[in-house]
Amino acid sequence: MPARGARHPPPTATASLAALVGAAALLPAGYLVIRATEATGQTWDVILRSSTAWLFARSLGLAAAVTAACILIGVPLAWLTTRTDLPGRRAWATLFALPLAFPSYVFALALTGSFGDRGMLVAVLGTFGVEGLPSISGFFGAFFALTLLCFPYVYLVTAAGIRGLDPSVEEVSRTLGRGRWRTFLGVTLPLLRPSIAAGGLLVALYCLHDFGAVSLMRFQTFTQAIFLQYRAAFDRTPAAILSLALILLAVLILAVEQRARGRARYHRTAAGAGRPATTIALGRWRWPAVVASGVVVVGSLLMPVAVLGFWLGRGVRAGVPFDLTWSAAAGAIGLGASGSALTLLAAVPVAVLAARHPGRVSSTIERAAHVGYALPGLVVGLAFVFLAVRTAPPLYQTIPLVLLAYLVLFLPQASQPLKNAIQQVNPRLEEAARTLGRTRLQAFREVVVPQVAGPALAGAALVFLTVMKELPATLLLRPTGFETLATRVWSWTSAGRLSQAAAPALLLVALCAVPLYLLARRVQPEDVRAE
Amino acid sequence: MTQTMTHDTVTADRNGSALRCVDLRKRFGATVAVDGLDLTVPRGELLALLGPSGCGKTTTLRMIAGLERPDTGDIWIHGRHVDGAGSVPPERRRVGFVFQDLALFPHLDVWGNIAFGLGGAPAERVEEMITLARLQGLERRMPHELSGGQQQRVALARCLVPGPDLVLLDEPFSNLDRMLRAAVRAEVRELLRAAGVTSVFVTHDNEEALSIADHVAVMLDGRIRQVGTPSSVYAHPVDGEVAELVGEMNLLPGSVRDRRASTAFAEVAASLPDGPCYVLIRPEDIGIDPDPAGPAVVVDVEYYGHDELIRCSIGPSEQEVMVRVVGTGPRLVPGDRVRLRLVGAARALPA
Repeated sequence: MPARGARHPPPTATASLAALVGAAALLPAGYLVIRATEATGQTWDVILRSSTAWLFARSLGLAAAVTAACILIGVPLAWLTTRTDLPGRRAWATLFALPLAFPSYVFALALTGSFGDRGMLVAVLGTFGVEGLPSISGFFGAFFALTLLCFPYVYLVTAAGIRGLDPSVEEVSRTLGRGRWRTFLGVTLPLLRPSIAAGGLLVALYCLHDFGAVSLMRFQTFTQAIFLQYRAAFDRTPAAILSLALILLAVLILAVEQRARGRARYHRTAAGAGRPATTIALGRWRWPAVVASGVVVVGSLLMPVAVLGFWLGRGVRAGVPFDLTWSAAAGAIGLGASGSALTLLAAVPVAVLAARHPGRVSSTIERAAHVGYALPGLVVGLAFVFLAVRTAPPLYQTIPLVLLAYLVLFLPQASQPLKNAIQQVNPRLEEAARTLGRTRLQAFREVVVPQVAGPALAGAALVFLTVMKELPATLLLRPTGFETLATRVWSWTSAGRLSQAAAPALLLVALCAVPLYLLARRVQPEDVRAE
Repeated sequence: MTQTMTHDTVTADRNGSALRCVDLRKRFGATVAVDGLDLTVPRGELLALLGPSGCGKTTTLRMIAGLERPDTGDIWIHGRHVDGAGSVPPERRRVGFVFQDLALFPHLDVWGNIAFGLGGAPAERVEEMITLARLQGLERRMPHELSGGQQQRVALARCLVPGPDLVLLDEPFSNLDRMLRAAVRAEVRELLRAAGVTSVFVTHDNEEALSIADHVAVMLDGRIRQVGTPSSVYAHPVDGEVAELVGEMNLLPGSVRDRRASTAFAEVAASLPDGPCYVLIRPEDIGIDPDPAGPAVVVDVEYYGHDELIRCSIGPSEQEVMVRVVGTGPRLVPGDRVRLRLVGAARALPA
């Protein structure tokens, strides 16, 4: 019946608010494009430099290596926790998600702190006569840090993919004479390929956008080169041009990912199959599987926490004061709370428009709001620095500008779950409220808000978590002297003061682990995003 | 009654009707949903808007409630011009709406749902309605904890509480299983009568429309084809399409000569010019007798217990004829030869 498929034009107020948010999200990328086109000659000059080609190669090489390693770790773990009788698989499932609480620079700090002559390993192995170990840095340092940090993306998306599979498809293969192993290779794995690709591309994007780990490991990729350009050179145009090149690379990767996801939907012929798959008995592989899972948890959780604890102990013995850590924690929590509140508010008109008034206008605005997915924090930070210095100097190095950068970067994390939640609310409920004397706004507040509060808060919690971990944009845009846990960890680690950096790092991880643990069951893997 | 439902712009009460729609039109893109609809409903009446799915009946209902704006046309509710010169928003129309899926607020209990339309005012009105709808003891239940019939009563009570001028019901019984439907239908009619409110309900089920409505408006292709009491619409449909919509109907080709229309087994008076015509006969208006030399043959028998529907084929053109007989008649099986005769009314319409 036509009425049910009918689309109403969106109310002007909602549409204009959403358009405003969309425009704000496009601000940094738009500015960089203008900046690059202003200096066309120089742009080509920078792009065609041989050093730029090297940056491409190094960035893509690191991303490819980390992605491959994450797939090798994440896929088997996903299979173990969803399909087998692995002892304690629920606990493992949570443990495998928790590394997401680590910011990359904290992980780099932990690796730096365990190797080298002064590292924890030497201190521990000293009793066995080990006197020195090479320090870790460069490609391998960045590779290990990012791999141990990012495999949860592949793990979460693949596990969701396995849960979405219709087990009868595999059973058909068995009845057609294929063994368990041939069924896995010939049926299960091809069906999972889109999920694996989606998870892998999240990892690739994370690596491309990462600033903290590569900087601390001194492995020059795009982000680090951009930062050095910006710091060293008087002319900031090359930094803007390189930023734009990085965005384009990210957009390319996102486009590939979108296609992979589109196909993933196509593949899931019977989503939410009525019957769960039968559990596979591991038999004599049971304990090897437990050991392997344990190794991953030791490397990705216990090791970094132990190293940080070790350095914290050193700091305490040396009498390092903690007052700077406490003030940095207050700064971080303050930014996290105001950043997530602002982002959630801005997400409301975008989500309402996308959920209730689908059409060309709303999909354009939604796409603009999603630009944050493709933007590295460093690039957004830089663009706002340039913008503020050129057009609104009083805004430069103020908290509102920091919050605006967070809004651009993390808007999709709040708007996506909110949109999904609003779509779940029957539009007839709002109409029923209208016929019972409520205006459009009253109906939304009294009928929709109570039902979407849970997912909306979950989205806000996710934003809070990511804001707390965010480093480069905060570093560039914060008022002079304003410190967060992230900036403290970064500055102390890059100055080699690991015993001082350990306290804010541990506190940060603890603060991030709480919302992450609470979210672990709520958040859909689709909402997880590279920083 | 809430403050938001105050009377504004009360104009002259045109012929005292509860609802008057004049030349309503609505299109969605290329599809015309409502195409020049005229409808008047007197106060206190229960009207069924009967039509096949896609005929525009739900769109019509939504336009009356203000949930959809007509492209052109006028709507008066209790003499108030709500569409035509400007549009009164749904929250100020004093119209109750029962949605097809009921749209009970899942986050509110029974009391909260029923009290919603009062904006937190007098509790007596809610209690009164809970009693009227026989929902005592269920006040603190959540919607998903209720049976289908109870949910139906909550939805109705919720829309009646503010004292609307008009209640609209969109396929109100379609979500109930067959066993429950007849009972709930009677309950709903009783509740609406007790509230003394004018009501319009939309349905595609002819049995439903005929059994509980005071008047039936048959809607086809975005317009009202015929309005009348259930018996008059059933007995005197204006055309074959309406006839088939309100019940099973044999549309038999025939011809008119000298004001008599004749078809395979019957002849009726017809005020039509000579030439081809259709003769309309309800299956229950045909008698059937076993006769080895009869002109018709039984093709198929659908047995329902209380009655059965027998499909026969008659004449060289193998014209299909449906005959309804009460379950006590002679047992017929496919292949039996029979003789048909007209025992009730028949009407001739131009071909």
